[in-house]
Amino acid sequence: MSVEKGLKIRLHSGSIGRLSFGKFVGFLLLAAVAVFMALPLVYVVTTALKPLNELFYFPPRFFVEEPTLKNFKDLFLALDGLDVPFTRSLFNSVFVTVTVVLLVILLTCMAAYGLVKHKVPFANLIFSMILMGMMFSQYVIQIPNYLIVNGLGMVNTYWALIIPKIAVAYNLFLVRQFVQQIPDPFLEAARMDGAGELKIFFKIVMPSLKPVIATLAVFSFVNNWNDFFTPLIFIQDEALKTLPLAMQMISSGNSIARAGAASAATFITVLPTVLIYVFMQKHVVDSMAYSGIK
Amino acid sequence: MQKSLRQSFLKKVNTYKVGTLFVLPFLVLYLVFVVAPILVAIFLSMTDYNLFQTPDFVGLKNYELLFMEDDVFITAVSNTAVFAVISGPIGLIASFLFAWIINKAPFSKLFSLLFYAPSLTSSIAMSVVWMYFFSADRYGLINNVLFNLGVINEPILWNTDPDTILFVIIVISVWMNMGSGFMVFLAGLKNTSKELQEAGQIDGIGNAFQELIYIIIPQLRPQILFGIINAVVNAFGVFDIAMVVAGLPSPDYAGHTIVAHLYDYAFIRYEMGYASAISVVLFLFTFGIGQLAMKLLSNKE
Repeated sequence: MSVEKGLKIRLHSGSIGRLSFGKFVGFLLLAAVAVFMALPLVYVVTTALKPLNELFYFPPRFFVEEPTLKNFKDLFLALDGLDVPFTRSLFNSVFVTVTVVLLVILLTCMAAYGLVKHKVPFANLIFSMILMGMMFSQYVIQIPNYLIVNGLGMVNTYWALIIPKIAVAYNLFLVRQFVQQIPDPFLEAARMDGAGELKIFFKIVMPSLKPVIATLAVFSFVNNWNDFFTPLIFIQDEALKTLPLAMQMISSGNSIARAGAASAATFITVLPTVLIYVFMQKHVVDSMAYSGIK
Repeated sequence: MQKSLRQSFLKKVNTYKVGTLFVLPFLVLYLVFVVAPILVAIFLSMTDYNLFQTPDFVGLKNYELLFMEDDVFITAVSNTAVFAVISGPIGLIASFLFAWIINKAPFSKLFSLLFYAPSLTSSIAMSVVWMYFFSADRYGLINNVLFNLGVINEPILWNTDPDTILFVIIVISVWMNMGSGFMVFLAGLKNTSKELQEAGQIDGIGNAFQELIYIIIPQLRPQILFGIINAVVNAFGVFDIAMVVAGLPSPDYAGHTIVAHLYDYAFIRYEMGYASAISVVLFLFTFGIGQLAMKLLSNKE
């Protein structure tokens, strides 16, 4: 009776009851959903460490019993039937992704700075084109893109995976809001001191954009690292294929012999994106608040 | 006269010079690889074009064929629409609710990592995992669990039965795509004004649910607008997951989406004109819904 009464009072007083029964249940539910969300990723780790016989246990087991690194050894040293070694695809992915990320950061910040802090002809038109660009998926423009990339002679080169991926509408939209917060007197003072525009950009603007640059780095890393469609249509040369294409070949081949290597490859493909996010998590959360469209 | 014209021109060049130079590299790439392609796609959609001969102007014939003759396209549109109508709202509402809960919960950093991590994965890489979860025999984790619980006697053919394919695609895609909306909402929630919340409590807002409806959601309108546009673009662009789950073509075209149809005609059959018509339809769908969302939710007059 008295317990019931106490609960009622707590419910009525809302946020005062810190450890109320309802909150505890809510927390347990949240934890349960979180576990469900994490299951596939946990499986990526456990299965990468499974010896071949455990991969084919019946009934299937979620966790690994005798963890081994043999899958990784197989993947890197002796994967039959692939024309190029896995390390080559790994290198391609790293090279392409890092190049895109660096160019995205440089060019997007430059453009945002120019648009916000300087006079640019047709600035409004440019901004509405950017907003429009956020409203359709990349697939809409794949065919003309293919023709343009083909016309520029970039099919089957790294360029095809780099140049078309640099100017992304969302990125400019996001960075623009951060540049707006840089106080003008700050830039004026530097100009009075005789600093050139390039110096102002690199010494004042770029450092104050750090959080959003971290966010750009995470997003463009993840998007390009995981991009399957672009290399699928632009790259036929085995030596230039990136991880997602290599992954597809590994897992579509003779599945029993390659199951181990495929699970190791999955681990290696997923790991860098999670790591880069974990390192930058604080910046990402802070700058995502500016994703809103007013 | 001439001189002053030239002077004013030079003056104009000078005021615009620095800004233009900063904007130019991005702008050129954006015009070449984003804006021009839309115009080219609209032009190509009115032609017959196979990559090798010059495009042959045919007017609206491709659109006529698409909507009148191409049953597979209609299937693709209806699959995509069903997918969007189910996964879009579920993903948005779930990501909003979890952002709201996690923002107040203990261990919020850890939870937000767990909820965002799936968005960091690639559908191709995760295919190994999905094949294990949804495998159509007793080896599949889900079938195995259902067996042990006594729910089923026959394995469910998750990724080969036309009746379940779309369901599997929706589950995986909600898992993978919830994160970006979640993160935007979480960030927005962290910045909601505490004063407004206190004022609301004084004005008689009693419970957390009322607070959510009257105080928090109105403040998050820009984030919600972004979330909706993002969800629409994602939903209409579904392709990777469908291909991984059901293959191309999928059994009975049960996992066939607009983008799968586009890919099929563009990069397998090289019927670029017809495929461009598909991409223009895709553009109109997402852009139209995006504009509608802007009209309904934007604060700007």
